[in-house]
Amino acid sequence: MAETTDLSKGLPSHPEKATLEGKNKFLGFWVFLAGETTMFATFFGTYLGLRNGTGSGPEAADIFSLPLVFIMTMILLTSSLTSVFAMFAMKKNQFKKMKIWMWVTVALGTAFLGFEIYEFVEYVHYGLGFTTSAFASSFYALVGLHGAHVLFGLCWISLLLIRYNKSGITLTNAPKFYVASLYWHFIDVVWIFIFTVVYLMGIGG
Amino acid sequence: MGENLSQPFEKSSMTPEEIRKINREQRIQTIAFGFMIAITLLAFIAVGADVVPGSFAIPFILGLAGIQLFLQLYYFMHLKDKDHGWPNTFIVSGIVLVIPTIVALMLLIGVTKY
Amino acid sequence: MVREATNTLQKSVLWDWLTTVDHKKLAVLYLISGTLFFLKAGLMAVFMRIQLMFPMNDFLSGQTFNEFITMHGTIMLFLAATPLLFAFMNYIVPLQIGARDVAFPFVNALGFWLFFFGGLLVSLSWFFGGAPDAGWTSYVPLASRDYGGLGIDFYVLGLQVSGIGTLVSGINFIVTIINMRAPGMTMMRMPLFCWTTLVTSILIVFAFTPLAAGLALLMLDRMFDGMFFIPGEGGNVVIWQHIFWIFGHPEVYILVLPAFGMISEIIPTFSKKRLFGYTAMVFATLIIGFLGFMVWMHHMFTVGIGPIANSVFAIATMIIGIPTGIKIFNWLFTMWGGKLTFNTAMLCASSFVPTFVLGGVTGVMLAMAPVDHLYHDTYFVVAHFHYIILGGIVLGLIGATFYWYPKMFGHKLNETLGKIMFWMFYVGFHLTFFVQHILGLIGMPRRVYTYLEDQGMDTMNMISTIGAFVMSAAIILLVINIVYSAMKSPREGGDPWDGRTLEWATPTPVPEYNFAQTPQVRSLDPLFYEKIHGDGTMKPAEPIGDIHMPNGSIYPFTISLGLFIAGFGFIMLNMENAIISPWIVIAVGGIITFGSMALHSVKEDHGYHISKETVEQMEKEVGTNG
Repeated sequence: MAETTDLSKGLPSHPEKATLEGKNKFLGFWVFLAGETTMFATFFGTYLGLRNGTGSGPEAADIFSLPLVFIMTMILLTSSLTSVFAMFAMKKNQFKKMKIWMWVTVALGTAFLGFEIYEFVEYVHYGLGFTTSAFASSFYALVGLHGAHVLFGLCWISLLLIRYNKSGITLTNAPKFYVASLYWHFIDVVWIFIFTVVYLMGIGG
Repeated sequence: MGENLSQPFEKSSMTPEEIRKINREQRIQTIAFGFMIAITLLAFIAVGADVVPGSFAIPFILGLAGIQLFLQLYYFMHLKDKDHGWPNTFIVSGIVLVIPTIVALMLLIGVTKY
Repeated sequence: MVREATNTLQKSVLWDWLTTVDHKKLAVLYLISGTLFFLKAGLMAVFMRIQLMFPMNDFLSGQTFNEFITMHGTIMLFLAATPLLFAFMNYIVPLQIGARDVAFPFVNALGFWLFFFGGLLVSLSWFFGGAPDAGWTSYVPLASRDYGGLGIDFYVLGLQVSGIGTLVSGINFIVTIINMRAPGMTMMRMPLFCWTTLVTSILIVFAFTPLAAGLALLMLDRMFDGMFFIPGEGGNVVIWQHIFWIFGHPEVYILVLPAFGMISEIIPTFSKKRLFGYTAMVFATLIIGFLGFMVWMHHMFTVGIGPIANSVFAIATMIIGIPTGIKIFNWLFTMWGGKLTFNTAMLCASSFVPTFVLGGVTGVMLAMAPVDHLYHDTYFVVAHFHYIILGGIVLGLIGATFYWYPKMFGHKLNETLGKIMFWMFYVGFHLTFFVQHILGLIGMPRRVYTYLEDQGMDTMNMISTIGAFVMSAAIILLVINIVYSAMKSPREGGDPWDGRTLEWATPTPVPEYNFAQTPQVRSLDPLFYEKIHGDGTMKPAEPIGDIHMPNGSIYPFTISLGLFIAGFGFIMLNMENAIISPWIVIAVGGIITFGSMALHSVKEDHGYHISKETVEQMEKEVGTNG
């Protein structure tokens, strides 16, 4: 496959798609995200089917706390913005800036994960264990799966940042950073529906 | 070709015109973010303030979530840009296929007969 | 030999096959392991037929019979049909679109090894107290922690691992077909096999992810006491059925669409005509793919979801008959007035059409929700889906084997043996399954290990078993044919069938870079176009030069091995007296998997180049394409 991008003038304006490998990664990752959509939908559907099946355990409205969820939502939304900024910096070949924004993203993600763990511990204290009821199981499965995605994203982005700490933006690592940021946005998209469907509907409906 | 794949670049190939464009894009994204924060607040207020009846609040917050989904996908994840035809196809198919799944798992589980 | 100049042949044979990322070698690996699983599951079927030969037979115990029905279904669908189709998709699709390799050679290898280790994990169950026994659908509560044995754990974890493999392979095929096409190969010039591969891969992406979710729920139920399926705690058992069939129905199309594609390649070649209604075929494929997701509840008509839901899904199911009918007629019209050659491949392809129609007709019968209460869980259903799977997928696969064998292995399979095999298989198949329609209508339930005498079932069961023997003899004959042909058949050139599509423009054996120069495609059926309007060879789209190749890697193997170990660790959680703590095993597996992933991610590997001189010499050695 012939390369058509002219590299003599500097970093191309879309470094993530400048090589065939980058283009493949880009498309492949989008396809993967589309698949993730149906997987999360299955967990959402299970939760929605079982959310009234509280058995003898606590109900959603008894335990969910709006302020905590609000803080978590704000943190995750902001981390989405910082990774957007990182990608703009990458396109402009500002490596330092990109690294800083990416590390901010990681920091915010870690804070989010910390809050989530704190939240789960609190719920267990309130008597909502994983095996308490079908509602509890499906809640922990859905939100826990999201948390696992956050954790994986944090490890992935940190690994990339450490590995490429000094290398500058290259045509090899640009697609990697780009798909990692896509992944991070996708986590945010899922969270939008978690806070709406699980928490807000749990409290309000 | 293979050698310079791991080489960083001295400068960006962007013309001043392109830089202006990308900076404007960045401002638009920041505004989109502000908008997303605002509708998130609205959703939380709709549920938390206890003045809005649930029969209105639920479709309302679902609508807001839909708007946020659109903003994330089309602005933050650049689906609106060119060269995103195939990603669009896949994501939109995914979202379409998801609807019967969720409806079935939510409603058609033998509790109420439809 | 010059070929040793390339990196691949400097390795030992074993290391080469363990680390290969070449789509052609992976195809051979898929073919071999898929065949082994096919023979294993076929043997189980023969045992089951022996058990059902006489009323009140005691050849197998009820428990063993249950394990056999489960493993037969599971292996045939996940571990035999899927890899066999993947073998041809892997080998042929990059050649047909004029690509040097797939988009993600590494992921391609990963997909194979995940499938392999997943299959191994399912098969291990025999050595740990028995195979899964809840049917391939594994309905809860039968499969939940209160009733299902350890075998179900192997089912859950094994399919989870192999399912991930299928998923990543699907993504790889999609990107390959979209991004790697040769110049001039537009979407609407792609051979139909590429189209069906693309649609199948899309179905995989959207269907295997719900399966992963469902298996995760079942795993949480069985190992961590999740309450999803326990009605007393607010759970619901219908959820599993929904999730399973949201995956399960598209799975049927995942398997049958590539077979459609194979038939659509074989029939034009041996009719000496272009495929009739190419555009209609493409859109029919897309519509079948879409509708495949909208009909799953026809497997659950008797659950009691409600009349409106049943009606909607009944109608959606019947609509699938329309695009399928379009395809049937297009195949018939392709043959109409053609210069037909009836060799084994064409016999399979042409007999596929009426057999598939029979399966389709019973499918529409089953789609009628009210009557389905009569057919549900009887041998009528068994007959129906075997007409689809054997009469559709397996005939397609055998046809494709005879058709593409010379490209893959350099020689044809013996035609005389092949024709005998075909007629034995065809007669045996109808003998086995046609009577099962009637058995089902008179009320013989499926999945029951025996029946009473003098209920009008004795003769037909005997006939069915005899048919199964004839079919097995045909498969044995196929194996004999493969060995015989390997020794006796003459070597073939690149284009033994006077083919129409790009794969026949490559020399045989296909060099590891496929095309020394990427071809310029000028039409649908590009090679045929060049034979008529050009000099019979493809025009190159680029000058000859260095060819970039990916390096082999052991990480696909280790990543999959790690998941295998971790999966086994999760199963150990349910074992009574595990030797070491399951959590240690899980941790070891996790470290191997994620460590390999991290290493692969950290190490930058840009592959290597085959120099222009080597390419020229290799081309001389294999002879110019013909």
